[in-house]
Amino acid sequence: MIRFENVGLRYGLGPEVLSDVSFHLPAKSFQFLTGPSGAGKTTLLRLLFMSLKPTRGVISLFGRERTAITRAELPMIRRKIGVVFQDFRLLDHLTTFENVALPLRVRGRDAASYTKDVRDLLEWVGLGDRMHVYPPVLSGGEKQRASIARALIEQPELLLADEPTGNVDPPLARRLLKLFIELNKLGTAVVIATHDLGLMEQVDARRMVIHDQRVEIYD
Amino acid sequence: MTEQLLRRLGAEREKAKRQALRPANPQAANPVLPASSVSMRALTLVVAIMTFLACLTAGAVLLVNQTARTWQTQISREATIQIRPAEALDMEAALEQARALAETFPGVTNARIIDRAATARLLEPWLGSGLDIDTLPVPRLVVVTIDTAQPPDFEALGAAVLREVPNASFDSHRTWVDRLIAMARTTAFFGLAIFALMLAATVLTVVFATRGAMAGASHVIEVLHFIGAESRYIARLFRNRFFMIGLWGGFAGGALAVLMFLALHVWGRVNMAAPEADQAAALFGQFALGPTGYALSAVVVLAVAALTALTSQLTVVAYLEDLHEGQL
Repeated sequence: MIRFENVGLRYGLGPEVLSDVSFHLPAKSFQFLTGPSGAGKTTLLRLLFMSLKPTRGVISLFGRERTAITRAELPMIRRKIGVVFQDFRLLDHLTTFENVALPLRVRGRDAASYTKDVRDLLEWVGLGDRMHVYPPVLSGGEKQRASIARALIEQPELLLADEPTGNVDPPLARRLLKLFIELNKLGTAVVIATHDLGLMEQVDARRMVIHDQRVEIYD
Repeated sequence: MTEQLLRRLGAEREKAKRQALRPANPQAANPVLPASSVSMRALTLVVAIMTFLACLTAGAVLLVNQTARTWQTQISREATIQIRPAEALDMEAALEQARALAETFPGVTNARIIDRAATARLLEPWLGSGLDIDTLPVPRLVVVTIDTAQPPDFEALGAAVLREVPNASFDSHRTWVDRLIAMARTTAFFGLAIFALMLAATVLTVVFATRGAMAGASHVIEVLHFIGAESRYIARLFRNRFFMIGLWGGFAGGALAVLMFLALHVWGRVNMAAPEADQAAALFGQFALGPTGYALSAVVVLAVAALTALTSQLTVVAYLEDLHEGQL
């Protein structure tokens, strides 16, 4: 589904942050992306959802080479990818419900067609009673869950989650992990960037470890 | 104090609970772009001022043109034969000869001698009242009324007057008409230049405001991008927002300009005999914009709104192109 071949990235004229990164991300796969803080996990995720351009190497996404993807195609490709940001990126002027429904709203879907789905998902992530409040009054964990719900609402082909359990307590972290596993069983490939060993030990999944600007795969 | 604080906290909690239990109402959804900020309100005001000035300029150009046209029509309707006094010249006979000659030309509806009393009245502002014009070598005039639909051959008429009437000259008023046309055109040109400058200033203001709004909403644009919103969707959000700003600002400015013209019209009518109103009326007529003027104001308002929307759309598209440049 996604293939990296000898991908390298540097910011400006600085040293390479990622170097000779090569891996294949199969459809419906489940993996953790790990490494020490500052190793480049977020950078690799940004390469995966095309918010950064590699300085060298080849990236193929959903059967298309990245350089061949046009501006007009970019939104369609991004719709196949759900992203959970480390800093949540919720819009403060929209309610939790509206934030989660936003991907459906920008696709021009009729509100009546998704209201039940959004409500159900919010109930599932434990935000049923926080549906109509605005992000500034949500706790860190609640924002995290709203952010996850927004990434999941369209059942993307690929889910990228940057430290998705960083702001929640262990029971909720387990519940969210279970949510990711269920989603994976439904056919979504999942990449969870984390340095939480406890979380990784709960699932026997592939691990992508960033070490010395390179990615090592442990199947 | 503590009790008050607890009560407040309790009230806040109740409010949050009520909000949480409120049924979802998709029709009442918040707009994707944050509601108007201070800069947006300032932009509405700037657009209102620009539209007000643009409507005033357009209205003034229209009034001057209307007045110039009226003058032109009035002047074109008449020509003048002037007979200078000379020794042994029978002035009355010469006047009568000129009048008769003029009336023989097709396109002349009437020729009228300005009699002594009327000539004295014409000179009264310069020479005072009680003037005996026989004591002074005062030229006399024959006013020739022209059929504007079928005017006479002015050159032939002028040549005939010169040839047949002693000491006479013919003035078709063309010089005045040409000067008036030139003046009206110059006024219109300057008015249109000012109008164009105002529109250019409005466009630039909107460009800066759009960029400011985008900088303020960059987090929204970023999120919209990541969730797969198309550029045209984002551009449409900004365009609609700015169209409404342009429409509101334009409507306010246009309405104010129309009200001002109405107030000046009323003032002109109330002070009809006053010298200042006479002077203003001489230059601008009766400040009556008429249906054309009101239609023009409406067109300016709509043009400002459309221009604001178009400018913002182009600015957003350029901004998004730059954004894509760094990603593809």
